[in-house]
Amino acid sequence: MASDKITTFTDGNFDTDVLQAATPVLVDFWAEWCGPCRALAPTMDALAGDYDGRVLIGKLNVDENPGITVKYMVRGIPTVMLFKGGEVVDQIVGVADKAEFQKVLDKHL
Amino acid sequence: MATLTKAVTIIGSGPAGLTAGLYSARANLNPLVIEGLEAGGQLMLTTAVDNFPGFADGIMGPDLMAAMRAQAERFGAEIIRGNVTAVDLSSRPFVITTGDDRIETQTLIVATGATAKLLGLPSERALMGHGVSTCATCDGFFFRDKPIAVIGGGDSALEEAIFLTRFASHVTLVHRRDTLRASKIMQDKAMANPKITFEWDTEVVEVLDPSRGAVNGVVLRNLKTEARKTLAVDGVFVAIGHTPNTGLFSGQLETDAGGYLLTHDGSRTSVEGVFACGDVQDHVYRQAITAAGSGCMAALDAERYLESIHPPPTTSSPS
Repeated sequence: MASDKITTFTDGNFDTDVLQAATPVLVDFWAEWCGPCRALAPTMDALAGDYDGRVLIGKLNVDENPGITVKYMVRGIPTVMLFKGGEVVDQIVGVADKAEFQKVLDKHL
Repeated sequence: MATLTKAVTIIGSGPAGLTAGLYSARANLNPLVIEGLEAGGQLMLTTAVDNFPGFADGIMGPDLMAAMRAQAERFGAEIIRGNVTAVDLSSRPFVITTGDDRIETQTLIVATGATAKLLGLPSERALMGHGVSTCATCDGFFFRDKPIAVIGGGDSALEEAIFLTRFASHVTLVHRRDTLRASKIMQDKAMANPKITFEWDTEVVEVLDPSRGAVNGVVLRNLKTEARKTLAVDGVFVAIGHTPNTGLFSGQLETDAGGYLLTHDGSRTSVEGVFACGDVQDHVYRQAITAAGSGCMAALDAERYLESIHPPPTTSSPS
């Protein structure tokens, strides 16, 4: 993905990078073969720029990371979850526009 | 917020919108195509398309849309990401607002398509992304060796059911009637598939179990006998038809009882200078090829309308 502000989350780093993070973390569950996930990518890039330093934004590939995918019972993508203090505090399922993500993020900042 | 001025603006980027873009670009009208949230439209959610003429061996839906997009861009159509948040057809030029831009346009081509309908159950909404889906190609992967249900009886329901047998251990097709609306060829394929069984005359009254945070079953009701039973499934794919995306135009463009935009004399809507094409105005055919054809009609109608309000200089003809 284009933006270098997008972090890559995995089964291996999820505990330290997401659950123990100091800031809220937005996790985009996605896969290569998912057309709507690709449509969502530019929105994630834009949010990563706008919320730089305030919210950590990254993606988790469901193909490569079954552990976290199963743990959070993700059975549809794109699903975007907002974590705060190690807990899921909000989620958006399916493609949504930037304004909808801003509303969710601003509510929890 | 930037303001753009356009002769032709197209909302939607499925086969209708991109064909309208192609034709208006080739007419030197420098059209603007606003993609919308579901860029590429419903074909982005499909696999092989075997009924689009010219592709003897079939083509993948997303590949067909990428080719249509490239073809429209080749002739100068400007395609932007973004989602239209408001449309004002009460004055001229028409005003269109997206998250980032304000667009003033002399003509508008509406190609906003249709979106999958849901059952309307609170439990269904609560479990979206956790077992409830409207996109088999997106979410089939999550149900490897698991039982699932597909709701519906049309071509898309059967196509999803057949596709999902690649992953699922078993697919139960739940349909309200005792016959299918789907085409004969799809019915034959589904009936012959050993992984698919049918629940006829049956509706879903509840998706289980929101308190668990994931689907583990559906409660079914037989419409003839009133008998209820629970079917254990890990996923529910809803394929019960579509609703036209006309929210932006409510109170501004005339629709039929089902909410589809009404057109007359080709692609003309109830407001002069506004044209409609594709699934937003068609609940009968709903094919990629008919959407593309109606997109072509809308572009030609818009071009003629622009000529009628700004006649080209008549240098060669005697006055």
